Amino acid sequence: MRTKKVRLNGPSQCIPKRYVIMTATENKPFPGDVHPTPGGGVLVTALDDVINWARSNSLWPLVFGTSCCAIEMMSTAAPKYDWSRFGFEVARATPRQADVIIIAGTIVNKMAPVLKRLYDQMADPKYVVAMGACATSGGPFFYNTYSVVKGADHIIPVDVYIAGCPPRPEALLHALITLQQKIKSGAVREKISIDEKNKTVLP
Amino acid sequence: MAIANDKIKSLLTEQFGESLTHWEEPYGMLTFTAPRDMNLKVLNFLYDTPELAFRFMTDLTGIHYPDKKGEEFCVVYHLHNLVENVRIRMKIYTAAERPDVYTATGLFSAANWMERETYDFYGINFVGHPDLKRVLNVDEMDYFPMRKEYPLEDQTRVDKDDEMFGR
Repeated sequence: MRTKKVRLNGPSQCIPKRYVIMTATENKPFPGDVHPTPGGGVLVTALDDVINWARSNSLWPLVFGTSCCAIEMMSTAAPKYDWSRFGFEVARATPRQADVIIIAGTIVNKMAPVLKRLYDQMADPKYVVAMGACATSGGPFFYNTYSVVKGADHIIPVDVYIAGCPPRPEALLHALITLQQKIKSGAVREKISIDEKNKTVLP
Repeated sequence: MAIANDKIKSLLTEQFGESLTHWEEPYGMLTFTAPRDMNLKVLNFLYDTPELAFRFMTDLTGIHYPDKKGEEFCVVYHLHNLVENVRIRMKIYTAAERPDVYTATGLFSAANWMERETYDFYGINFVGHPDLKRVLNVDEMDYFPMRKEYPLEDQTRVDKDDEMFGR
């Protein structure tokens, strides 16, 4: 009975503790470091690293562009900048097959429920990049607007923000590489998953 | 040889007499004003008359003139003759108290969404439109944002320095 309890609760509770202080810029913990995880141990944590590595190197973006940032995003996907060098080439036209949504453009009030729905339809783990001034804060439409959402983070949680109007393709590549580092560090996993049993939102 | 503007004007004047007013030719595009209730008659005439054959509606939009008493709202129709490659512009005016205009959807399918857009931004009520609801703004919006009671940005504000925006 005791063994069963440990197997179920041990690893899944202990993994986030190990990573809780990590940020995208910090170094990884010393390899081979043994953590006191009852029933889990080295195998589980090492597997976690492998999973994060695999996830970060095969990010499938959703085809989603609402204004001029999308032109830069297309340029980033095109041969000159060629984001497939870093593992983003499989852009998907359905949210159910996508891992990351790049909010490339202005989000207006009418688009907000659509964006939320697309995000909800994406399978976990899912990541969000806010590309450009509009997606970050409303940008040039921050003042005197009747239709623009002042930042996509009013609707869905954002992992990486890019400055620019629109940002250069290099900036988008940098943001996606930053997202990869963030995933490898384990900092973004199950960020807003809901504990069904207790009906609370986990941090 | 394209049909000349004065030929179009003479054909229209022959049919409708003095009710069409304000003839202009800004940048060579024949422009006139029709009475509000005659918009469909004129559009029908422009569509059906073989010499005219304006069978493509390229644009339909509104203008708000808050200082023109009794004709605060203008509806502008742009028509195109695809054979002769000629465009004309027709304007009608309506009062703010009762901004009702007959819909052109029976004649031009293209008018459907453009009239919805004009309703969305100016609140002009197109009588007889099959589905007159907002098209670009959220359905919950309870005002018409392009009306001029919503002023433009204050040009004297100092917290948006042009230098910071590279202008």
